[in-house]
Amino acid sequence: MGAKIGMWLFLLTELLLFGGMFLIYGAYRYMNNEDFHAAGQGMNTIIGAFNTVILLTSSLTVAMSITALQKGNKRLSITLLGFTIFFAVWFLINKYFEWSHEIRNGIYPKSPELLNRSQGEILFFGLYYVMTGIHGIHVIIGIVILSFMVSFIARDKVTPADYSKLENSGLYWHLVDIIWIFLFPLFYLLR
Amino acid sequence: MADHVIHGNYVDFYDEKGPHKGILAWILTTDHKRIGLMYLIALTTFFCIGATIGVLMRLEMLTQGRTIMGPQTYNSLFTLHGLIMIFLFVIPGIPAVFGNFFLPIMLGAKDVAFPRLNLLSWWLYITGGVFAVLSLFLAGGPIDTGWTFYVPYSLRTGTDVSWMILAAFILGFSSILTGLNFITTIHRLRAPGMGWFRMPLFAWSLYATAWIQLIATPIVGITLALVAIERLFGVGLFDPALGGDPILYQHMFWIYSHPAVYIMILPAMGVVSEIIPTFAHRTIFGYKAVAISSLAIAFVGYFVWGHHMFSSGMSDTSRWIFSLFTFLVAIPSAVKVFNWTATLYKGSIDLQAPLLFVLAFIFVFSIGGLTGLVLGALATDIHLTDTYFVVAHFHFVVFGGTGFIFFAALHYWFPKMFGKLYNDNVAKVAVSLITLGFLMLYFTFFILGYEGMPRRYYDYLPQYHGLHVFATVGSWVMISGFIVMFINLFKAFKSGKRAGMNPWGGMTLEWTVPSPPPLENFEEIPVITHGPYDYHAQEEAKEKQEEFNHSAEDEK
Repeated sequence: MGAKIGMWLFLLTELLLFGGMFLIYGAYRYMNNEDFHAAGQGMNTIIGAFNTVILLTSSLTVAMSITALQKGNKRLSITLLGFTIFFAVWFLINKYFEWSHEIRNGIYPKSPELLNRSQGEILFFGLYYVMTGIHGIHVIIGIVILSFMVSFIARDKVTPADYSKLENSGLYWHLVDIIWIFLFPLFYLLR
Repeated sequence: MADHVIHGNYVDFYDEKGPHKGILAWILTTDHKRIGLMYLIALTTFFCIGATIGVLMRLEMLTQGRTIMGPQTYNSLFTLHGLIMIFLFVIPGIPAVFGNFFLPIMLGAKDVAFPRLNLLSWWLYITGGVFAVLSLFLAGGPIDTGWTFYVPYSLRTGTDVSWMILAAFILGFSSILTGLNFITTIHRLRAPGMGWFRMPLFAWSLYATAWIQLIATPIVGITLALVAIERLFGVGLFDPALGGDPILYQHMFWIYSHPAVYIMILPAMGVVSEIIPTFAHRTIFGYKAVAISSLAIAFVGYFVWGHHMFSSGMSDTSRWIFSLFTFLVAIPSAVKVFNWTATLYKGSIDLQAPLLFVLAFIFVFSIGGLTGLVLGALATDIHLTDTYFVVAHFHFVVFGGTGFIFFAALHYWFPKMFGKLYNDNVAKVAVSLITLGFLMLYFTFFILGYEGMPRRYYDYLPQYHGLHVFATVGSWVMISGFIVMFINLFKAFKSGKRAGMNPWGGMTLEWTVPSPPPLENFEEIPVITHGPYDYHAQEEAKEKQEEFNHSAEDEK
């Protein structure tokens, strides 16, 4: 189908968009290895790992939702999508607590606390806010898309016979998941 | 290609009644031909604005010191000239207008793969254009960074860079969606029998272009977004005061923006490969070589960005590697030029206006390409970098390449798009004026640059005065050529003679449908039995037909 090729090509551009940021991360990490190492110590690995689990599970439920629809089970499909949205929101709430914790500690762009630290740490947190922020925007877009899918399935605009919209939304959601899987080690584990 | 018969009364796409009326029938259309025409109107408008700014800059350079504007205005004008011409005219240029209009017809399809996405691309393009224009009136005045937004200046200037970046970001999105649409269309919607090597060369060039649009644009998107984020929140990723590296910005910028040069030129090369066989009445020489060289240019084009940075501080190793790769691009480019000239050789050449544009293109583009080698070589580049020599080089390539061919394509396909014929003699006068003015204007820049005149400077030393006057006069000649051309085309649009289905004797599919084409292009999807430009097969078929007629007569 044309729609599927189109979606894969779009996902390629998304990967490259984040790829640009990974490149910048790589270059700055290479230039400030020790500072990045030091800055990473402060990150909360537990909450990061927890969020990874949440996102992975949400990818599972969206995949199951597609299968459910293929088998003609409309209600189960909607329920599973509901779970996916629930996990997505949960992910954002965790992220909110994480960010506000950092901000309370005085670590945010241009903060006096951060400006006192070394340039490498400024870059690390700059990248942290930008990359997780842009990823967060993608999560929000994902929530909107998946909500549309719920309403489409409910109103029979996406049906067991024609579910390419749902499939493409699922692909998008997997991408959001995969990008997080790369962000997680870069900010939480590499230290 | 496949023969096509027009049955009775057809309704062309202008007269087709859709669900909407008036202007809505246009701005809400999903017909690729209407979208192409809407791009045409928008693009030529932006071109005229950009050209006017260019002429004003030239007027300023007519005499030393202040002539008609102050230095800050001059900085804003060269930025705007660059931004409008690059992002709003040459990058979308040929794919958005002629790609949209002709790609589906050339493939034997009813429309592009995603018609609604196509309309969205147009809307994004218009939104981006409006934002770019709006940024002129925001606090701080028109931006003055140059079209490259180099940090750290773009972080510190008081003008509103973020808006312009938002505009560029939206335009990038539009470009990505067009590319995505074209790739899918080419993969999925080719008419039965049209294998890859039966595709017209214009389609090949759009295919290569679309991949660059898709792969390179996201990187510049994120890079520019980071500059905006930095200005808004002070994150500091490119700010040297906070540990960021401005050279890294340059790398990220050119990783996209160098391939973007091929987004500009590849479609133009595709158009040339259409026009030459038609007016030489010969099969194109080395079809496969021309097709594959498009992909080769696109591929090598990714590895040459560093040549924009020879003097900004890179290791010697990366400099000579980038220099070597830059030289490599010359090979597939030369393959095309040699194949074009070989096609013309012993062809029965019909010297109409589109072909004149193409010949002018081959001449100026070759100069542009060869001076590219001068700039790609390290030693000469160090002498010439950031001088008028560079300005001359990229105007020869970008304007002499994409600009000339944009107008060549307009003349070539005008009868098909509007169903009218223009006055060929006037068109020839226009081409001559444009080419003459172009050479007076930009060839002078080579000499100025070689003698040391720096680019982007508001003022100059007395020894450059004579050449600046000569170049400025050239800009007037060129502009008068454009005025003649636009008046001629407009008159043709208003009251030109009706064009037949195939006024030039072209062989690709778009010449088998009526002019202007009906809503879904084909009554029946054609079945393709041989390659495009098959003049040889056509001759043979004609001879056989004649033999058959003779023998039939003899039998009588």
